[in-house]
Amino acid sequence: MKDLMGSTGLILNEPLLWEKGKKGRTGFSLPNSDVPSSPLVEELIGVGPDFPDLSEVDVVRHYTHLSTWNFGVDSGMYPLGSCTMKYNPKTNERQASLPGLAQAHPLLPTELAQGVLRIMFDLEKHLAEITGLPAVTLQPAAGAQGELTGMLLFYAFHMMNKERRTKILIPDTAHGTNPASAALCGFRSISVASNAQGVLSPDDVDALMDEDTAGIMVTNPNTLGLFEEHIKQISDIVHAKGGLVYADGANMNAVMGMVNMADLGVDVLHLNLHKTFSTPHGGGGPGSGPVCVTKRLEPFLPVPRVVHVQGRYELSYDFPESIGKVHAFYGNFGIQIRAYSYILSMGDQLKTASQLAVLNANYLKESLRDIFHLPYDRPCMHECVFTDKHQQAYKVSTLDIAKRLIDYGFHPPTVYFPLVVQGALMMEPTETESKEDLDRFIEALRQIAQEAKDNPDLLLQAPVKTKVRRLDETMAARKPCLAG
Amino acid sequence: MRYLPHTQEDIADMLKKIGAGSLDDLFTSIPDDCRRKSDLDLPQAKTEWELNRHMSGLAEQMAVCPDYKVFIGAGSYDHYIPEVIKQLLGRSEFFTAYTPYQPEMSQGTLQAIYEYQTLTTRLLGLDVANASMYDGASSLAEALLMSVRITRRKKVAISRLIHPLYRQVVRTYFAPTEFEVVELPVLESGQTDMTGLQDLETFAGVAVQSPNYFGCIENLSALGEKIHSDNKTLFIVSFTEPLAYGILKNPGSLGADIACGEGQSLGVPSSFGGPGLGMFAAKKTYMRNMPGRLVGRTQDIEGKRGFVLTLSTREQHIRREKATSNICSNQGLCATAAAMYMATLGGTGIRKLAELNHDKAAYLQNELKTAGFEVPFDTPVFNEFVVKFPEGFEKTYANLLAKKIVPGLSLTPDYPEFPDYYLLCVTETMDKADMDLLVKEVTS
Repeated sequence: MKDLMGSTGLILNEPLLWEKGKKGRTGFSLPNSDVPSSPLVEELIGVGPDFPDLSEVDVVRHYTHLSTWNFGVDSGMYPLGSCTMKYNPKTNERQASLPGLAQAHPLLPTELAQGVLRIMFDLEKHLAEITGLPAVTLQPAAGAQGELTGMLLFYAFHMMNKERRTKILIPDTAHGTNPASAALCGFRSISVASNAQGVLSPDDVDALMDEDTAGIMVTNPNTLGLFEEHIKQISDIVHAKGGLVYADGANMNAVMGMVNMADLGVDVLHLNLHKTFSTPHGGGGPGSGPVCVTKRLEPFLPVPRVVHVQGRYELSYDFPESIGKVHAFYGNFGIQIRAYSYILSMGDQLKTASQLAVLNANYLKESLRDIFHLPYDRPCMHECVFTDKHQQAYKVSTLDIAKRLIDYGFHPPTVYFPLVVQGALMMEPTETESKEDLDRFIEALRQIAQEAKDNPDLLLQAPVKTKVRRLDETMAARKPCLAG
Repeated sequence: MRYLPHTQEDIADMLKKIGAGSLDDLFTSIPDDCRRKSDLDLPQAKTEWELNRHMSGLAEQMAVCPDYKVFIGAGSYDHYIPEVIKQLLGRSEFFTAYTPYQPEMSQGTLQAIYEYQTLTTRLLGLDVANASMYDGASSLAEALLMSVRITRRKKVAISRLIHPLYRQVVRTYFAPTEFEVVELPVLESGQTDMTGLQDLETFAGVAVQSPNYFGCIENLSALGEKIHSDNKTLFIVSFTEPLAYGILKNPGSLGADIACGEGQSLGVPSSFGGPGLGMFAAKKTYMRNMPGRLVGRTQDIEGKRGFVLTLSTREQHIRREKATSNICSNQGLCATAAAMYMATLGGTGIRKLAELNHDKAAYLQNELKTAGFEVPFDTPVFNEFVVKFPEGFEKTYANLLAKKIVPGLSLTPDYPEFPDYYLLCVTETMDKADMDLLVKEVTS
């Protein structure tokens, strides 16, 4: 490899915030008071929080140093499977920080908030078009809250039919959030095993589906990167027993413009705007998890809903069958702006984005199949899953391969997920990586596979170029130290 | 399209490697009857400058300061955000990273969140804080569910003076469960009435908000004492304005087992209600029952200090249906902003800023009182308070909107028992002249 991405440089140390500073400093430009002082009664006054006093320069250097220990999509390729770490366009940041949008109070009279309501209304319309599901709520703050909202919709729908169904079908390839979200609504998860081809068999679903089962949660494409090709038949089976079909849209980036979720029999679907629609993930959030539904589930969507009446946008609470609210206001609006901006920038090229995402994943799969074990040798969608089976002979594992990739300057793929694959390496390159970047990544993995044979210690010791080496996670959990 | 780097030549080379004839051939695993029949009907793609013009046009339709004087708080507060925070948060190493699953290349995020957790525990006077929840409302719902898990009791009580929208979220979260939510009424002082709360031993948790929705500071120590007369019931303190704890005694020192609320005040713009952050802290005893991610301190194989996500056996990706919550993504970047804000203010600064907020609200409250308006609750307030305007004030309200003044929020839709009551908010961003103008306008 001619130009190794991972190099060493000067890494600056930085203490914890409270290990620096001096009493009496401040980094804040405090205004003088123009009103008389009005002391609170003594008994209410506390000693005040023990925060360090820092200057503006102290704060700036602190966080600048910290940022250099991090790796983001702007740093390089981040093929974290099922997380869709595509490029986060800079123009979206400009739009979200426009003072009229960023400073808007959520309880403004609606006549003074037409701009933001139009953004929400139009974004809902575009997401409905992309998914094929006609009614949308933007309220859920992240994917998992979208799932919870979906399960609340299931609950409300069955209760309307005077049924308290207690079970839900969830494939063994599902994200952990699926069973956790269903449990919050009192649904017991029944695991459906995926078949030898890595997808669900209609027969298996048929055997488990009954009138006490609220429905099924399907991720499509699933977490093996495979399209659930029997989805229509599965939906029919579930609907025939009065159940509903939930689609986890975490992997929507594979199929924009390619499928219509309503045609597949999907009743409810959540999207992750921080995946498919390019909004930044912020090192853990905020995300945004809109939920799209069919007409028959629309009455149950959370309130308020944005409606357009006589040329004006309004927030309406007049939906008596609504499940209520999952967010104090309207969800992570700042993230919604970014997704809206992305959709307006892309237009119908969203379909091209999906095609190129699938192209990139298949290219990775074909370029690496001779060195890594491919548990499901089938055409993949936006991500592909390998394992460490061939490397185990050299006593190196998926974890070691992942850590060695860091030294090469790449973020590792998702590891040890999905759970049905032993030692999984789940790679999702996304469409915003160029062929050259993919080739560099492929070359790095080929070299790592060679190192595993020749000098496995290089993998076992990795990473060596980062600020810290492998961390003791056992100690962190045994003797938790969660605050300084 | 500038986000898509592939040339036709790249595509051809890659398809050749894969052995596919066209991009469409890559989708053969999607059966024909599952293929979308029509093209996406979306607006034609905008160039960057067309987009700027379009978005600026929408932003101009909004009523925001300095053009408008908005006297509304109610869970979203206009505080000055130092430029430092905007600039540092814009470091894309922070904002374009995912959840720190690979700690060796995420130490920036991890240390920042560890510091956020620490400053949060210090602000709220509790032992442990998580890496954030979605917002103040879902934090409260999660806190109540946590009290149910800990005590295995089936009832919770929440004050009617908790933000009405938070109470709606709690009811939504509790609807499919077998657990009951009881509401505690309002005293004449504008504080929570706990006198009618019987059978405390059947309650998992009791939640109040302080400062409450009316801006009044609750008597937390008295409430805590009563709640703890049963040794299992958890005392949960919710909040919408954490800046208040720059000067007030913190919830932990007054007996709270869990403190949870909205942290938007700490350096995050209103942004029409989100994203903000749910702050969540508890006593150490309850650490393993907490929802959400936790960052812990540890060391690497060379003994160097480092940070990792920890105690993840509570979480959905390990425990699945038995997890303490379904939360995965949180509001990490907003938590980072909050930590930056707390660090920028420092211990000295946050106290001064809290005093300033208190003084400004007290000034407007007094001026309105002097002008003859009724201030129905005489309990100390932080930066919000209730005023009873004369009957028919709606007309004045509409007139003031036309003059670019938003004179508070009517309480009547949520509290029909309080007709003509309005909730007003003032922070450090409001000048004396703005407040004097408001008084003049409502009087005339």
